[in-house]
Amino acid sequence: MADDLILLNLWSSPFGMRVRIALAEKGLDYELIEEDLSNKSPLLLKMNPVRKQIAVLINKGRPICESLIIVQYIDEVWRHKSPLLPSDPCARAKARFWADYVDKNIYAIGKLVWGATGEIQEAAKKELIECFKVLEGELGDKPYFGGDSFGIVDVALIPFYSWFYAMETCGNFSIVAECPKLVSWAKRCMERESVSKSLPDQYKMYCFLLELKTKFQAQ
Amino acid sequence: MGEVKLLGTWPSPFSYRVIWALKLKGIPYEYIEQDLSNKSPLLLQSNPVHKKIPVLIHGGNPIAESVIILQYIEDKWPQNPLLPSDPYEKAVARFWVKFADEKGLSIWKVLRFSGEEQEKGLKESLEMLEVIEEHAPGLGQKKFFGGDKIGMVDLALGQLAHWMGAIEEVTGVQIMEAGKFPRLETWMKNFKEDPVIKENLPEFKDMLAVVKHRRETLLASK
Repeated sequence: MADDLILLNLWSSPFGMRVRIALAEKGLDYELIEEDLSNKSPLLLKMNPVRKQIAVLINKGRPICESLIIVQYIDEVWRHKSPLLPSDPCARAKARFWADYVDKNIYAIGKLVWGATGEIQEAAKKELIECFKVLEGELGDKPYFGGDSFGIVDVALIPFYSWFYAMETCGNFSIVAECPKLVSWAKRCMERESVSKSLPDQYKMYCFLLELKTKFQAQ
Repeated sequence: MGEVKLLGTWPSPFSYRVIWALKLKGIPYEYIEQDLSNKSPLLLQSNPVHKKIPVLIHGGNPIAESVIILQYIEDKWPQNPLLPSDPYEKAVARFWVKFADEKGLSIWKVLRFSGEEQEKGLKESLEMLEVIEEHAPGLGQKKFFGGDKIGMVDLALGQLAHWMGAIEEVTGVQIMEAGKFPRLETWMKNFKEDPVIKENLPEFKDMLAVVKHRRETLLASK
């Protein structure tokens, strides 16, 4: 492989999707290895002994872990094409802040929206919409969170769009009704090949998450 | 370049991370102590999303979240670097900063709770220490996680070197048994003896009083 890149991934993981999007934005070739988290490969355990989790990018035999750290690494090594972080330190800090905001909130809350029931689910739906509204406020009238160019905050958030159908169906609510700007933004991102090729079909994701939900409830 | 202000609270280890970074790079700043029970308009304006400290305000621009502030300071003032220049080494350092930031919170569970919840916090804290002892690169070979000089990983883990002791004393729970984590113990000693850090640590007995009061208040409210 020209760039000597291997990605240990899970098709359904929003974190894996972030890395795939970044790699595609930079036009990089890589080997994609699908992991089975119920039977973790020796390679995964060797490359990420601390967290034992995907996504892991292996570049020239050396592992980089944690999706946003991987995205920053890719951006720094292949900086000349499609920069994902601005060069100004203040703008970079702002981008990191919002990527961190996504990281601290969307996965955990989203999981409860499709995965929980009753009061817990209702509370999660409310919290999710609140977070989305805060993000809409930050987006403003810009095409992307990165401004005119697609950036790290967009990369951090867009994978969760693949959860929208599942969240709306399980939660019995409409995200576009509450957050139309965010959905427009998501559709704009989906027009990019890097994104459309990295996100799974929403219905396929819904079926998968429904299976997981049944497993959680059985436990 | 614009003046630098730091909104913090004493003796928050998150405030101290930023103080250490500023001091290590020789950046003058104005420290403004915040009262979190009565948040100032400046704090609310500067960090409307989280309403928390620390916040760095540089030339009127606010930056929130201690690790993001450290990265900003590193980007803006490259002298005495806190991160390696090589992208791979930098990614490894960032991984450990994130680990320290997330898992380090476990020690505060030992302070905030009693009974089962406290035991859970203790278990998580021990797991964290074991992972660092076993896997953190450079530990045991170099003086600091950053190598011969203090780096961002050292700053992120700083609370283990000083605050953890206060938690242990106040709760009577020993998180880090002597002799069990030799490499970490050596690191803690090196960290606290660094001249910049040494000069910028809260007085232990004063901190102890605050930590003790915090625990009493939290347990009383349950």
